[in-house]
Amino acid sequence: MTSTDQQPFLSVRDLKVHFSTEDGIVKAVDGLSFDIARGQTLGIVGESGSGKSVTNLTILGLHDPARTRIDGEILLDGQELLTASERTLEKLRGNKMSMIFQDALASLSPYHTIGTQIAEVYRKHTGASKKEARARAIEMLTRVGIPQPDVRVDDYPHQFSGGMRQRAMIAMALVCDPELLIADEPTTALDVTVQAQIMDLLKDLQQEFGTAIIFITHDLGVIADIADDVLVMYGGRCVERGTKKQVLGNPQHPYTLGLLNSMPALDGPVDVPLSPIPGSPPSLLNPPTGCRFHPRCAFAEKVAGGKCSSAQPVLEVIDGRGSACHLETSQRDALFADYAATAGHN
Amino acid sequence: MFRFLVRRALGALVILLIISAVTFWLFYAIPRDPATMSCGKNCTPDMLEQIRKNLGIDHPVPVQYWDWLKGVFVGRDYAGFGHCDAPCFGYSFANREPVLGTILDRLPLTLSLAFGSAVVFLIFGIGTGMIAAVKQGKWQDKVASSASLVASSLQIYFVGYVAMYFLVAKLGILDNPSYTPLTENPAEWASGLLLPWLVLALIWTANYTRMTRSQLVETLSEDYVRTARAKGMSSRNVFFRFAWRGAMGPIVTIFGIDLATLIGGAMITEYTFSLQGVGRLAVDSVEKSDLPMLLGVTLLAAGAIVIFNIAVDAVYALIDPRIRLA
Amino acid sequence: MSTTNPLLDVSGLTKHFPIKGGFPIKRTVGAVQAVDGLDFQVAEGESLGLVGESGCGKSTTGRLITRLMEPTGGTISYRGQNITHASRRQLAPIRSEIQMIFQDPYASLNPRQTVGKIIAGPMEINDINPAGGREARVRELLEIVGLNPEHFNRFPHEFSGGQRQRIGVARALALNPKLIVADEPVSALDVSIQAQVVNLLQEVQKELGIAFVFIAHDLAIVRHFSQRVAVMYLGKIVEIADRDDLYGNPRHPYTRALLSAVPEATVDENATARERIRLTGDVPSPINPPSGCRFRTRCWKATEKCATEAPPLVQISGNKPGHLTACHYPETADVIPAQRLSQDPESAA
Repeated sequence: MTSTDQQPFLSVRDLKVHFSTEDGIVKAVDGLSFDIARGQTLGIVGESGSGKSVTNLTILGLHDPARTRIDGEILLDGQELLTASERTLEKLRGNKMSMIFQDALASLSPYHTIGTQIAEVYRKHTGASKKEARARAIEMLTRVGIPQPDVRVDDYPHQFSGGMRQRAMIAMALVCDPELLIADEPTTALDVTVQAQIMDLLKDLQQEFGTAIIFITHDLGVIADIADDVLVMYGGRCVERGTKKQVLGNPQHPYTLGLLNSMPALDGPVDVPLSPIPGSPPSLLNPPTGCRFHPRCAFAEKVAGGKCSSAQPVLEVIDGRGSACHLETSQRDALFADYAATAGHN
Repeated sequence: MFRFLVRRALGALVILLIISAVTFWLFYAIPRDPATMSCGKNCTPDMLEQIRKNLGIDHPVPVQYWDWLKGVFVGRDYAGFGHCDAPCFGYSFANREPVLGTILDRLPLTLSLAFGSAVVFLIFGIGTGMIAAVKQGKWQDKVASSASLVASSLQIYFVGYVAMYFLVAKLGILDNPSYTPLTENPAEWASGLLLPWLVLALIWTANYTRMTRSQLVETLSEDYVRTARAKGMSSRNVFFRFAWRGAMGPIVTIFGIDLATLIGGAMITEYTFSLQGVGRLAVDSVEKSDLPMLLGVTLLAAGAIVIFNIAVDAVYALIDPRIRLA
Repeated sequence: MSTTNPLLDVSGLTKHFPIKGGFPIKRTVGAVQAVDGLDFQVAEGESLGLVGESGCGKSTTGRLITRLMEPTGGTISYRGQNITHASRRQLAPIRSEIQMIFQDPYASLNPRQTVGKIIAGPMEINDINPAGGREARVRELLEIVGLNPEHFNRFPHEFSGGQRQRIGVARALALNPKLIVADEPVSALDVSIQAQVVNLLQEVQKELGIAFVFIAHDLAIVRHFSQRVAVMYLGKIVEIADRDDLYGNPRHPYTRALLSAVPEATVDENATARERIRLTGDVPSPINPPSGCRFRTRCWKATEKCATEAPPLVQISGNKPGHLTACHYPETADVIPAQRLSQDPESAA
């Protein structure tokens, strides 16, 4: 379910992001729509080149305007972002909406202390004094569980461990109490035990501040842990969306089904081969015609008239639930049940 | 920091010792006798012997080197010149002048040339490079990039003569290159060196434009620069506090080496503009087989490089907190 | 399971990287204790999984047993022959039997060589001429790893990440190895591709009877691939056991915490919620590892004894033979609820 409010907090409508490169036009995002309500977590799942990161850089306006063509609408709390001036965006970034990235070591400046990097966001958006900003930085470091925050505030990122760096990054993103937090694979580079800590931290902070979170990941396990709603992206388009329970428990798109069945579970059967999705993710320079997943789809032949390779399936969303597939709904249940049974990993 | 400096100073000393020894050895590897050269046409074996004694070259090469080394640290006595206080780098074979005095005479000109042109090429090179990086792919970038490519392939002697012909002889905009000590008359110091500064800087500006541009293009696409934008920093702030900070390190490194090279002598520039600097001295001492002078100039050049290298490492540690000096 | 005649026998294996410092002359002032006294065996045709978090020394271990690195201490025996400090020449005949597959399929293939040349490389270096010629063998290998044999003239950049990893596998197979060390072979790949490569490796292992040391941080993949699994923490093995024992009955608190931290893609409300153990803090530095048990700083059971006495890696009471644990206060309860375990045909046996 997307929202019970009259108006969603963030609304993305028919977003298209095209890059011009030396080799041609890359259609990184090709007609994407979604909403997210305050305090909700939307999980965006996808592999490399699915367009999931590009979408979120576009929301913050961090794309390279010289090489990028963008169509569609992005409304944050009723305000259109795509046509907003750079000055307007600067005031929103780090303040009303902020972002955390995967590689915290590369994403934090090596030349400034952790404290400076947190404090400067606060000063920029609140006009606080240096002293107040420093106190706030220490408060935030305490909040994200950095030991001895009053000492570590003067450390440089390279003096922090991987997990602490990601905590510092979260502190920096949340210092101005943003209403929207975009987390781009924030735990992918971390060890599982640290990943678990960071996920708990994000959940706690969300509870406390009521932040809406877009959580981008390729890991369905992480989605199962943190998301309310899920959006599955493939080749620059949304192929399936719904609540976490709907998408993971009753997938309606062959790609989602394939992803769920390709990875071994901690309690799955062993000594049977895994059920991979054949082939590789599509090139966005030259995407397949029709349904972009059809060259890898196990069910493309079940659709009459070669429709999968000729016509793009439409994503019909009813009550926040939908999938973009030519298979008849009636066909799907039986076929998917068979697939899951032979895959045998659930 | 103290440990770093002590360790590196010791290392520098070792390097300079090795360089002096190698220079000594190389000099005598060439079959040329400085005594014969300064003896003239009516030379007798006795005269030759006397000259050798006066110059302090009447011993085997290792002993000569030892004598020279002793001179540097504790001073030495010459048969022909009397006592020479430490640090004694000896006397020129060619004109019997003390080496150290000659070099110190020439050094102010060379330093003026080096630092003066450095100021010009740093300002223009880094400035143009910054514009090119910010306007990446736009006409400003294309103009800056192609201009710097052309300029960096020019040669000083060519540009120098052309500039002298037009700017000095034809149009009379600039003064004929000359050297007046800064302490004597700052205005004349500057006007006399303006043309060499500009010509020398033209070529170096091109290099610094290209280096600044490529460094900035790289740092502008760093993740931490994106983060700075994502937290709402203004473009100016993002550029100077983040991107430029990251680009500075490599530029400082190259600049240190370049400056050291210039102090060792911008030979072609000095020749082109008929200036009597250290570079000119180096070329002359080679031509005249003037070992003591050659050693002095070589050690100055090597010393400049060694010292600036240490300085660069120290500055780098100030720029980048990840570097620890040890 | 300690076999009577293991293919690979590692005992007391240690690797310390020296730290230079001091004044005025630099000398060794300390060491990064990357690997500190490992004992394990790999039987012929067996697959041993090596799991642990970053900095636990699992990759270093892989590089030591392939002798890409020189061990600081301990012994490595291959088929009874001590190769711990064997010279290049002594190693030459063994090199062809122990091969390695690397994590990054982009960095580990020379971009200027054709795929054919890359795969034939090991044959060239060891001067091996298979019957029918090297090219025929390359085509055969390409076929085995599921690539078009006609593509031997292409360059690595023409292949996708998953295909490149297949090329890496083909290269490792070129000399009919007896042991392959695979260091995170799938972690750089897209999720939908990982299963393809895991399946390929598993086929290779079973059909060609190759023993594997499978190094990975993904516990589910290691479980799927390995018959036996060793869990490492800060340079030491804390627990080693048959797959089912390790995952079904983990005795070391760290193994248990690790398993509980793996997020699973299930929303089944009927399944009993898995136990959640949250470790606090980070892995300590291997330069100054904690005294006694290295896990004690993050362990909820640690006592005075753990700080003073390093627990030996032994079979503790209640463990099956071959299930070794290094803990003073081992866990007892099943970590995965019995109800879900019973769905697993393997553990029912």
